[in-house]
Amino acid sequence: MNDADKKRLLREMIFYRRFEDRTFEAYMERKIGGFLHLYTGQEAVATGVLEMARTGQGADNDYVITGYRDHVHAIKTGAAPREVMAELYGKETGSSKGRGGSMHIFDASQNFMGGYALVGQPFPLAAGLAMGCKHKGTDQIAICFLGDGANNQGTFHETMNMAKVWNLPVLFVCENNQYAIGTHINRSTAVLDQYKRVCAYDMEASQHDGMDIDIVMEASKKAIDFVRSGKGPYFIEFMTYRYRGHSMSDAKGYRTKEEEAEWQKRDPIKIYTERLIEAGIIKAADIKTMEKEIDDEIENDIIKFAEESPEPKVEDLTKYVLDDNPDPRWVGPLHK
Amino acid sequence: MAEIAYWEAIRRAHDEEMANDKLVIAMGEDIGVAGGTYKATFGLYDKYGPERIIDTPISENSYTGIGIGASMAGMRPIIEIMSINFALLALDTLINAAAKIHYMSGGQISCPIVMRTPGGTAHQLAAQHSARLARMFMSTSGLRVVTPRGPLDAYGMLKSAVRSNDPVIIIEHEQMYNLKEDIPDEEFFRPLEGAEVVREGSDITLIGYNYSVHLCLQAAKRLEADGISAEVLDLRALKPLDRESIRKSVEKTHRVLVAEEDEAPVGVGAEIMAVITEDCFYALDAQPVRIHAADVPVPYNAKLEKAAIPSADDVYHGALKVMGKI
Repeated sequence: MNDADKKRLLREMIFYRRFEDRTFEAYMERKIGGFLHLYTGQEAVATGVLEMARTGQGADNDYVITGYRDHVHAIKTGAAPREVMAELYGKETGSSKGRGGSMHIFDASQNFMGGYALVGQPFPLAAGLAMGCKHKGTDQIAICFLGDGANNQGTFHETMNMAKVWNLPVLFVCENNQYAIGTHINRSTAVLDQYKRVCAYDMEASQHDGMDIDIVMEASKKAIDFVRSGKGPYFIEFMTYRYRGHSMSDAKGYRTKEEEAEWQKRDPIKIYTERLIEAGIIKAADIKTMEKEIDDEIENDIIKFAEESPEPKVEDLTKYVLDDNPDPRWVGPLHK
Repeated sequence: MAEIAYWEAIRRAHDEEMANDKLVIAMGEDIGVAGGTYKATFGLYDKYGPERIIDTPISENSYTGIGIGASMAGMRPIIEIMSINFALLALDTLINAAAKIHYMSGGQISCPIVMRTPGGTAHQLAAQHSARLARMFMSTSGLRVVTPRGPLDAYGMLKSAVRSNDPVIIIEHEQMYNLKEDIPDEEFFRPLEGAEVVREGSDITLIGYNYSVHLCLQAAKRLEADGISAEVLDLRALKPLDRESIRKSVEKTHRVLVAEEDEAPVGVGAEIMAVITEDCFYALDAQPVRIHAADVPVPYNAKLEKAAIPSADDVYHGALKVMGKI
């Protein structure tokens, strides 16, 4: 990884932080409805893992799937930020044409297979995507990002078992931010180290610092190489922290300001910025310029696009329920 | 033409579709080495191997989810659920995921899965192996629900379901797997939409689907002996529902009975009655009748089980009631 790549990665993480901050503002202005789950604090995980995956190459991409905290995963996989923002605005130009919203970002053209609101549901879907890759004989893999809370669903155990039995090319990324909505992991989960839980299925697994993108990338590369080489599934756990509440109506009464401050000392953007400055790759003044450019892009391109885009037409309400152009040979009707 | 059983028809459809397209796979409990609980995949494990006839662990929700994920990557999985009761375990992936992904992705991603499962009562299987549940799937947006009444549709609709881009639930019936019918030797398809008049008549319409079509046909024979000409309409597809065929038949006979094996509250019959009320209210010459299961978990005791589930006799007497004969 050269200096330009490192600068780009820093820029990406700052972009994700400011993108999410801007969605927060738009939510407060009631431009965005429903639920909104922000990724602030966890940026190094998706950025680092997906930097090591095959992304941005359209149909050849690895498959990526996640829960409802999905904006950053979608963008890093290859979705256009303006389309993600337009989706949050419920617009026809949104990545899911305004039908999905924040929790259901999709970009099939980049193999970003969605955000899902049922905790733990992406586990089997990811294993299925991996089964598709294996069956078709491509060297793609499926990458499933979920939080620690998802590991208490039955789908976790069922899927880990089948992924191992069938030797599927799937990487499970556990973003352990220690909170299942508002319940701390030590009040809900018998085994705190999540990577240890998959030893029940004899699956390769490891745990790493999720606040340092260099560590994330190094660990992810090994895991992705393992999965891509046909050795089977891998479960990788990153210790991280979500700065904001679970969703927007969360007063965070379940944790202390001290705990939050402790984690923010190891902020992923702060760590990486200091490292790049120390290495002489970037100057403090460049960061300001970078932030300004990002804010301009968000305001003048992304928000503008979302604001000015049309809403879906009411007459299209029932479009996309089923295949809109079904083949009459299979679908019928029986009598014309 | 050759007379084959319902299970053989399903097996033949699997075989042909798997030979035709390598992306077609089948998955379910005991479908491979064991040959399938109802033999729907008998012998196919030897022909297509463990990568395409996949024996799953007893994890309905997640193996259905894996099938859905595979379909999102372009595969065409046929998922067998051994009993419709077990499909309740798979409702999260089926209803929250498969039925919604095409819509909530703005049409970008299809989930062309087929879920085959027998629903219905059969020989004292008791409450946890006798559910019907057609009405539940019928009320879910984003699914197709079909109910083949015999080998012709069991074969032709499975083949169509594999090729359709939508998630399709095929509700079979434990009492129908050995039912025989002549079907053509050459390949054919039966569409996933459209009701079918399986017996022409002029005095009353008996509407059924799945196994209850046979109850209607038996009742129609007895009614004929009484000088009553009964038309039997097989709904074939519960979702989308063919309202037009219901209207046409009721406008012809002016009297109607709906027979279902589901329980009545919010049942298939309730929906059909609503369609009749909305679409052909003024065509009715008599109050319609619903024949349905009792609102109880299906009992084990044979006598109680028989009392809980509608019979051809119930349909016959229901029809006489519509005709004003009792």
